[in-house]
Amino acid sequence: MTTSAEAVEGLGKLEELQRRSHPVRAVVALIVGLITLIFAIGLSISFGAADISLGTVWTAVFHFSPDLTAHQIIRDIRLPRVLGAALVGGCFAVAGAIMQGMTRNPLADSGLLGLNSGAAFMLAVCFAFFPGLPYMFLILWSFVGAGLGVVIVYGIGSIAKGGLTPMRLVLAGAAVSALLGALGEGIALYYRIGQDLAFWYAGGVSGTKWYHLQILSPWILVAMIGALILSRSITLLSLGEEIAIGLGQRTGVIKVWGMIVVLILAGAAVSVVGAVGFVGLIIPHITRYIVGHDYRWIISCSLVYGALLVVLADLFARTINPPYEVPIGAIIAFIGVPFFLYLARKGGKEL
Amino acid sequence: MTVLEIEHVAIGYSSTLIVDDLSVAIPKGQISTIIGPNGCGKSTLLKAVARVLRTQDGAVYLDGKAIHQLKTKEVAKRMAILPQTATAPGGLTVFELVSYGRFPHQTGFGTLRKEDYEYIHWAIDVTGLREFSDRPIEALSGGQRQRVWIAMALAQGTDILILDEPTTYLDLAHQLDILLLLQKLNKEEGRTIVMVLHDLNHASRFSQFMIAMRDGQLVVNGNPDEVMTKENLQKVFNIDATMALCPYSNNPICLSYQLYENAE
Repeated sequence: MTTSAEAVEGLGKLEELQRRSHPVRAVVALIVGLITLIFAIGLSISFGAADISLGTVWTAVFHFSPDLTAHQIIRDIRLPRVLGAALVGGCFAVAGAIMQGMTRNPLADSGLLGLNSGAAFMLAVCFAFFPGLPYMFLILWSFVGAGLGVVIVYGIGSIAKGGLTPMRLVLAGAAVSALLGALGEGIALYYRIGQDLAFWYAGGVSGTKWYHLQILSPWILVAMIGALILSRSITLLSLGEEIAIGLGQRTGVIKVWGMIVVLILAGAAVSVVGAVGFVGLIIPHITRYIVGHDYRWIISCSLVYGALLVVLADLFARTINPPYEVPIGAIIAFIGVPFFLYLARKGGKEL
Repeated sequence: MTVLEIEHVAIGYSSTLIVDDLSVAIPKGQISTIIGPNGCGKSTLLKAVARVLRTQDGAVYLDGKAIHQLKTKEVAKRMAILPQTATAPGGLTVFELVSYGRFPHQTGFGTLRKEDYEYIHWAIDVTGLREFSDRPIEALSGGQRQRVWIAMALAQGTDILILDEPTTYLDLAHQLDILLLLQKLNKEEGRTIVMVLHDLNHASRFSQFMIAMRDGQLVVNGNPDEVMTKENLQKVFNIDATMALCPYSNNPICLSYQLYENAE
């Protein structure tokens, strides 16, 4: 008698364990991701025109001595650059995850839906008409530009009969991105600011300085905390708006906050690296595959793996063909485009 | 005794009203079914009750209180809603989806408590989904998926269940299966059920209260004997119905029907 009861109980525990397998996988994925990220950051710092050993990287970060050239290179050039890459990656990935969850659109990505090109366009405008604008104001305009992009794309997408389908939004996004990109380039040519803009469009983190990070960090920190607070509500929204309302969620409020967080994240990232696409598309899909459908985990893992992707992309960009740098955007597109085609082939079905 | 009072509601988009000045009282502890032709505003009415759509005029009262003035989370503790086109995101397991039904009862970051687990397990058991509880929803059949959504609504622990065409896209046996489950929930637990059904005979067989609509207005409401008459079916659907009695419920059913010669 007792043994069978125990067996049943044991079976129950096994069931419970399986049920919790998603959170378990999420925690493992988070830890593995963080360790890999730290390792990748170290590696990225040590590679470059002047070879520096991992040991020197360690001492430069934790026992800095201003007399050593290697330490100075690390402190002044490589560390801000790699941290910039990590921040940008995390921002794009989390922005993509939120957008996918809120809209149930598997093709949602700040690049594909016109946010990035909107922000980049606004930066071109700033360079042309307000040269020498402090970085603090540049990123504010970058947020505005991201907002402009998304408003135009959603505006065009919803004019069409039959409403906003994932595919339609992506088409509108592509058209608007092309338009804003062309306008930005036009402005750059006309006002001869091509040089200033070149690295923005090419998408590079090479120009990242400490003061950039100082200005960006508070914004990003607040937006990331916001994303984590919203994450459970986003899971609910991803079940469909009517379901979310039925479960007692104030969907309008959540959507507004979600959009604000997305604009800050995408705008901040573009102000560092330019209109790099696909990070926000690829990473949330991969994390969703690993950790399941709970956005509490999708968002936290996207943060880590987005950072990892861009740090690695930057590392490749610098090491493939030294001393020249391949644009980061091109390297990520190399993975992103096939991934996009794969998702589009599935018909852009709702998430 | 009424639990939901719909008073003089007008619902629509900008200038076109889909439901116009409709009043009806939903009795507590009974199965109420809304019937009517396509586009008559059945789903629209249900969406207004579910507070997905705002009423332009009039109001819906839950236990005497206007629903849009109550906190939406408080409403969600009283009333669960299953929309017509519920599709689960990929990769979600049955257990996970059902567990979201506990949202209105959770606070903070939303960890499930013992009570939540009990509700979830009960909802999964009563809908006969136990063996599927760890399967991804997309691996289930249409009938099973519908059960999962019902289980989620049940896990919400409300005494009112609102369902928009819960039997659509299901074959005959699975339709009956869902309706018998709802009947059981009503009989054994006294839950109030409000739904839209397209099948008149199912509506008549399973409900104690019927609401017939046409062109956004109430044509007639009452028990199946009062609503399921040849005259009413002509008024509502413009059909010439041959009536009979359902051998299971003794309620009137439509045996077969013909269109009127002068049909619009």
